[in-house]
Amino acid sequence: MAGVQDAVVFDHAAVQMGGRTIWSDVSLRVAQGEFLAVLGPNGVGKSTLVKAALGLVGLAAGSVTVLGLPAGQAGRQIGYLPQRRNFDAGLRVRGTDIVALGSDGERWGLPLPFGAAFLPSRRAAALRVREVIELVGATAFAGRPIGQVSGGEQQRLLIAQALVKRPRLLVLDEPLDSLDLPSQASVAALISRICREHQVTVMLVAHDVNPILPYLDRVAYVARGGAVCGTPDEVIRSEILTELYHTPVEVLRASDGRLVVVGEPEAPARHTDRHGETAAVPAQQW
Amino acid sequence: MTTGPLASGLTWSLGSDFRQLLQYPFMVNALRAGTIVAVLAGALGWYMVLRRQSFAGHTLAIVSFPGAAAAILLGISATSGYFAAAIIAAIVIAAVPRSLGGRARSSESAVIGTVQAFALACGALFVSLYGGFLDGLTNLLFGSFLGISPSQVLTLLAVAVVALAVLAVIGRPLFFATVDPDVAAARGVPVRALGTVFLILLGCAAAEVSQITGALLVFALLVMPAATAQQLTARPALSLALTIVAGLLIVWLGLAVAYFSVYPVGFYITTFGFAAYLLAAGSRALTGRLHRNQLQTTPA
Repeated sequence: MAGVQDAVVFDHAAVQMGGRTIWSDVSLRVAQGEFLAVLGPNGVGKSTLVKAALGLVGLAAGSVTVLGLPAGQAGRQIGYLPQRRNFDAGLRVRGTDIVALGSDGERWGLPLPFGAAFLPSRRAAALRVREVIELVGATAFAGRPIGQVSGGEQQRLLIAQALVKRPRLLVLDEPLDSLDLPSQASVAALISRICREHQVTVMLVAHDVNPILPYLDRVAYVARGGAVCGTPDEVIRSEILTELYHTPVEVLRASDGRLVVVGEPEAPARHTDRHGETAAVPAQQW
Repeated sequence: MTTGPLASGLTWSLGSDFRQLLQYPFMVNALRAGTIVAVLAGALGWYMVLRRQSFAGHTLAIVSFPGAAAAILLGISATSGYFAAAIIAAIVIAAVPRSLGGRARSSESAVIGTVQAFALACGALFVSLYGGFLDGLTNLLFGSFLGISPSQVLTLLAVAVVALAVLAVIGRPLFFATVDPDVAAARGVPVRALGTVFLILLGCAAAEVSQITGALLVFALLVMPAATAQQLTARPALSLALTIVAGLLIVWLGLAVAYFSVYPVGFYITTFGFAAYLLAAGSRALTGRLHRNQLQTTPA
């Protein structure tokens, strides 16, 4: 049974899409305030795993409990950052406005002009938006059109957007993808700081473990239709990954502490939008 | 043909010129219609530019031309033809499957382009079936402000009020779905349904604008004010307000000048819109350069 202290619990969960099993018999447990990375090669269903936690993908077997509720019912307590490409460079909307959508973007109607001047709730909302922008260190560029700031800066603003409603669980799908190395390091540090200082549980999908390795409490390594979970030291080991892939895999540790996984079978290269709904690659093609 | 100076022409006194303008009921009707259309087109055009759906907007206007021509041919009012054709086309465009995400855009524009060409050809056929009334063709394509009846103004007003009311209700989620569809969908915004409703509203706006500027020059009021405002500011509320103000100024100036001139009103409205856009883009380029120079001269 899920304890109160567990933020996310997968219990022998399986997902099928188009009659094909993406992964099955996945069990994992993330305690509240922990930082979990969902790792694995492209196309094995990492995004599907977080979508199952969000209730966006139905289960074929087993159960998923999020914040003590069945998946999909924790709603506003989850901040979600889907995998994305960058904003169009010509989009003339300020970063602040994008962040503010996290607070009331789905509400019907239009905000009253100058509402912040005489409505306390609007003033509080505007204050909260400024606060999260400060928290992610985006104050300097939040007033610029979002299409004109760098990828790392856009990612910070989007994290701020996901944080506006004070979620207890933050689900981030490849937030470090397409960032340069220094941005990867600083955004990873930011996510870890939010996780520690604000007791927000983080579920982060990543392709490369190294930028986030120092901050992780737990990893879920997805491959070959299944997943292994545990602490990084327990999971990212030659014998565990060899067993998971059914092919010899070696984990090497470089002198700077970076992990290198050798012999990891990659899914066949796909040059189209590989994370679209239909883009999961059959595991047996390896 | 559009009219020349009907009465005494320009007097170089703005006050008396303006009074002269308002003496004629047809001119008052034109100004009323222009005002209604400018507000509706500004609001919908602002979203259209943000959503990169200009091509769809243009097609909706083009489609309204055979609609109006067919209505005239059948002996019913051109106004209903404009609206019926544009709204049907909006529903058709919305039904083009977009389930493949970003990749569907190219196939969507191919479908829209195909529909647009066929619609234009049908319009030409209807006009020639009617008896090659060439003057009517020019007005349908390039606009006319003569002969706008009070009942037509009322129709324009009623459609605009309903469309703006719907837009006011869906405004914020539509904005969310426009700038960030994935996150909006994850937060429970009905992205696809909003897109359909938006296209129908856009069809209404395109049909209204067509009746003033003609089917080919709708962008004068749908794109130009919004593009101008978005050059000037990145604040959503401010740029929406600026869009509507720009649209009103462009229409009023265009109608006033067209009254004293022999050339079509569509030309003047478009010219003022173009001038506004050039000014806005120029000033933005200039301030951008000044800003960069400042950054370069002050060491970090």
